[in-house]
Amino acid sequence: MIHEFKKVWKPYTLGLLWVLGLLWPLLGIHPDGTLSFERTLIVWLYLLVVSFVCLILYLMNKSGHLELMKNPLSAAWSKGAVAAKVPPVWGWFLVGLMLAMLFPLFTGRYHQDVAINVLIYVCLGLGLNVVVGLAGMLDLGYIAFYGVGAYTYALFNIHYGIPFWVCLPVSGALALVVACIVGYPTLRMRGDYLAIVTLGFGEIIRIILNNWMTLTNGPNGIMGINRPGIFFPSFADGFSWEHLWLKKLWLLYYVALGLAVVTILCVHRLNFSRVGRAWESIREDETAAELMGVNTFIYKLLAYAMGGMFAGFAGAFFAARMKFVSPESFTFLESAMVLCMVVLGGMGSIPGIILGAAALIVLPELFREFELYRMLAFGSVMVLMMLFRPEGLLPAKRLGTRSEEREG
Amino acid sequence: MTDPILELKDVHSGYGSIKALKGISLRVYPGEVVAIIGANGAGKSTTLMTICGIVKAERGQVIYKGQVINTLLPEKLPTLGLCQVPEGRRIFPRLTVMENLRLGAFYRKDTDEILKDIQKAYEMFPILGERKNQEGGTLSGGEQQMLAIARALMTKPKVLLLDEPSLGLAPIIVQQIFNIIDRINKEDGTTILLVEQNANLALQAATRGYVVETGQITLEDDSTSLLANPKIRAAYLGE
Repeated sequence: MIHEFKKVWKPYTLGLLWVLGLLWPLLGIHPDGTLSFERTLIVWLYLLVVSFVCLILYLMNKSGHLELMKNPLSAAWSKGAVAAKVPPVWGWFLVGLMLAMLFPLFTGRYHQDVAINVLIYVCLGLGLNVVVGLAGMLDLGYIAFYGVGAYTYALFNIHYGIPFWVCLPVSGALALVVACIVGYPTLRMRGDYLAIVTLGFGEIIRIILNNWMTLTNGPNGIMGINRPGIFFPSFADGFSWEHLWLKKLWLLYYVALGLAVVTILCVHRLNFSRVGRAWESIREDETAAELMGVNTFIYKLLAYAMGGMFAGFAGAFFAARMKFVSPESFTFLESAMVLCMVVLGGMGSIPGIILGAAALIVLPELFREFELYRMLAFGSVMVLMMLFRPEGLLPAKRLGTRSEEREG
Repeated sequence: MTDPILELKDVHSGYGSIKALKGISLRVYPGEVVAIIGANGAGKSTTLMTICGIVKAERGQVIYKGQVINTLLPEKLPTLGLCQVPEGRRIFPRLTVMENLRLGAFYRKDTDEILKDIQKAYEMFPILGERKNQEGGTLSGGEQQMLAIARALMTKPKVLLLDEPSLGLAPIIVQQIFNIIDRINKEDGTTILLVEQNANLALQAATRGYVVETGQITLEDDSTSLLANPKIRAAYLGE
């Protein structure tokens, strides 16, 4: 272990000093022009302690001191895995769904609120997954379609009083149409160019929402959007249907859950269909896909439109839940967030994206006190992820295992 | 003699301002194996890419079974029976062998036939059958070349275009690949247009050959006469 330490102490010390040098202007210069060193030092000391503990753990692991702790665990793990024979995917799905169904019974408003947020982002992440993970097109303006969906419901509801359940498919359809219009010229590009152009289109849509005062009420946003309502049978006098606004948060939670489940099922079906295979072939090698008879342009447009549609559904729900929409909710940062979820969770992997969305929503909630450093933590987590698990937390599993492995 | 199944008439094409083909004319008759040989950058691969419409022909015509095809979209061609095994294999690395083959049959809707053809591919290339659930990118170079050929065969081609099938492979594997090419031609009657830098090998496998230099056909003959031609021997066979 001493030997290992000798190898790394130099870059470690240098790195920490470098962080100190960076932190000082970040935290030490105050708006009124004064300078101080105290806060920087405190934060830096925290970092020092945490990173040192991590370093020691890493070194112990590398030189085998942790084997005792790891071994019984991994032994138990492999034994358990053999005994259980790995339950099928839908088994996991059902267990997850059951837990999600029971969730509001044991939790309060705050937790339900966070859970609804997670579910919305699961929908968004899965939609973006179709574009980025399956078809392999980097889309940096994805949140625009979320905005289109939200504004569609908001405007129809405010001006014409059309209820949520009617507007939900309309929002999806409109987002799909906008995605087609945006995609038609842009999808002829590849790689980096596509990323820049989608980024531009995302901003264009946000700026339209911001500046079209007569339609969208500009930066002031639209207020007083109705919640979703449901009809339920009532037997008070005779039989009639009674209308109820879903004002309780746990009822909204179930709507979000339903939306997420539908999205999961759709994306799962798409993933393993002929269309999904065409998308994956485009991601892998566009020219080869073309040579094999895949109409790459149509399938790319389809992926883009499908992604937009899922975002549109999520957007309509978002507007209904918040009862308020403004262009501020649809900035580039949101696009980046959703992209982070997809990349962090594992491109093309549905459970991975669910985990990614949960992680990126729940963790900032848990560490609310450290809100100021959120982006710092975000950045470092991303760097670490790319170094150690470039395929994401739960990488997409192909059917494939090496033939030798299966025989053994 | 019968009509050619594939004919290029004075085809010009290129990449932007760089002209790669300056008037290529060639004919391929049904059931033939035709080799195009030439040095690096002579325009061999571009010829195949132009036939497939990935590179657009600026002038001239590509005619397949009497139909002008250079105006069609590239993805239409497999449905007509024209398929290419591109240079450098270009299999789908993160899809399994099975999925790669299914993508070859992408335009086909006859599920039962597709499954039968996949079994046939496994018989022809037993190694692919052993590795059917393995990701394409984890195969060795030779296995990838076999997969690329098997994938193209899944489109049920009448004319198979092969771009440098020997590229970067060990001699024994190259021999295997060429045996398979011969089998495809003899057993299924598939017409083959072969592009190779390894002129010796290509001309031994082919019935006729074209020599391409700087975007133009400079010589056309039976492969035996080409092999005997002292100029060819000096330029391409290293003698």
